[in-house]
Amino acid sequence: MTTPVLQASNLTKRYGRVTAIESGDLELYPGEILAVIGDNGAGKSSLIKALSGAVIPDSGEIYLDGERVHFRNPMDARAAGIETVYQTLAVAPGLDIADNLFLGREERKAGVLGSVFRMLDKGHMRSEARRHMNELGVATLQNIGQAVESLSGGQRQAVAVARSAAFGSKVVILDEPTAALGVKEGNRVLQLIRDVRDRGLPVILISHNMPHVFEVADRIHIQRLGRRATVITPQSHSMSEAVAIMTGAAEPPPHAA
Amino acid sequence: MSTTATKEPSPPQDFEVRQQESLGLRLQHLLHGNPTLGPLAVLIVAIIAFSLANSRFFSAPNLSLVLAQVTVIAVLALGQTLIILTAGIDLSVGAIAVFSAILMANFATKLGMPGILALLLGLIAGTAMGALNGSLVTRFRLPPFIVTLGTLSIFLSLNSVVSQSKTVRGSDMPDLMTWTGTTIPFGGFRLTYGSIIMLLLFAVFWYALSSTAWGKHVYATGDDIEAARLAGIRTNRVLFSVYTVAGLLYAIGAWILIGRLASASPNVGAEYNLDSITAVVLGGTSLFGGRGGVLGTLIGALIVGVFRNGLQLAGVEVVWQGFAIGLLVLVAVSLDQWIRKVKT
Repeated sequence: MTTPVLQASNLTKRYGRVTAIESGDLELYPGEILAVIGDNGAGKSSLIKALSGAVIPDSGEIYLDGERVHFRNPMDARAAGIETVYQTLAVAPGLDIADNLFLGREERKAGVLGSVFRMLDKGHMRSEARRHMNELGVATLQNIGQAVESLSGGQRQAVAVARSAAFGSKVVILDEPTAALGVKEGNRVLQLIRDVRDRGLPVILISHNMPHVFEVADRIHIQRLGRRATVITPQSHSMSEAVAIMTGAAEPPPHAA
Repeated sequence: MSTTATKEPSPPQDFEVRQQESLGLRLQHLLHGNPTLGPLAVLIVAIIAFSLANSRFFSAPNLSLVLAQVTVIAVLALGQTLIILTAGIDLSVGAIAVFSAILMANFATKLGMPGILALLLGLIAGTAMGALNGSLVTRFRLPPFIVTLGTLSIFLSLNSVVSQSKTVRGSDMPDLMTWTGTTIPFGGFRLTYGSIIMLLLFAVFWYALSSTAWGKHVYATGDDIEAARLAGIRTNRVLFSVYTVAGLLYAIGAWILIGRLASASPNVGAEYNLDSITAVVLGGTSLFGGRGGVLGTLIGALIVGVFRNGLQLAGVEVVWQGFAIGLLVLVAVSLDQWIRKVKT
């Protein structure tokens, strides 16, 4: 069996008396899209936040490529190659597309201009931004200097996904990327997710949208009451079965994948 | 802030729609993209109107006077702009400036320090006061309005204690302290060193905001602090740096103030809080953060100066000047709201 790219084992997280994750386990294998589904309060968000460094688990281990890692903040996880696109769209609406792509890792000009005057290399960042957007087939954006707030929801999401794909070297985590989108835009983002996987980056997709999950996921991790109920595949189970397991109406089957 | 748009037309249609926009919508888009255009237009119209009202207005000596009058407010408003860009507000700006001026003056006179040392200590004191605001905002996560309301009171109180409510005359101070008020002829104009420092500071911060990562982080933090944090920006560090730098700017403003008044008075400066905010708002920087810039603030400060001076020359009584400025502010804020509602 191959080593998981990202593995969580026995994670716990409590907020006062509330237990968000109880023995949380998760495995993400190379080249796959792993969907994480679960009812509200099942601990999806806490689990994902622990993997992306936004929450520090009380106990348990996280392994990246088989090696134990400790993330103290989102920057640590990013430095390790895990990029997360949060539900709230981690984009700054007033800044333009290129600025957003490089937000938090701006590139400075070479030489004295960069080292002493801290001048940003805007030209290079723009051309790189354009390249990344084109690579993911987000060609509808003519102007890379356009403020993100002037984009539609799908285009904003595309910017956020493009950023994670451009800088993530190991894992891309997407939290509800299609939640705020219309049908057409949602489908475009799904295609974008497939493109990211096909470029070799495994993806964790958190979603409430069952049709979307069943359309793109290779495996489906079902979270229930703070722990992993089971892992199924779109082939092994139907949507209604997945929902039944998720809500506790049906007994979780043994791992199908 | 526009909400996440879900029912947008697809891009090609969008383009066609834009072709048929009304003049008002086009103006809205133009101002949205170039927020300093509005204030610049107001400034130019005001200059033309006041020149027509009184021919003495558009003369080198009078324009020099306007610039000298707005210099202190402009420097304070520069610091205020940085803070407002992060969606904060600083009510202690006047208190920090006046207290720094009193400290500098008393260091030099009562303690007999050399001018350069007194000045440096004064600048450090102002910076420390800004840093105090910054650490309260970041460490205790208190709203900037409350923090600076508290420190305003504290700094003013300390100011009274240190100054014993006495004005220090410029003639008792080392020359360096009042150097900022010295003028140099520049064509028919008479520029003060203080004004030159002010213009240089605006150039420096225009560059820092537009061309450095720090500037991008200031905008991102003000725009959406959570998004900025998730993007890996150390927002607390950004906020702390902004309040600290603002403190330094206020202290430089204090130095220019001493030069301008040829004295350090503990009672000057109560109006600086609102004047600095007025300049920022008139300059098109949004009180909700993330939008605007320092060039707008310079224009905003000039608008205030031009209105005060122009109304005076036009024979309008002083009591009505505040009325006019207040009206301008309300128009500016309404305009900001309108621009923010821009549809894509």
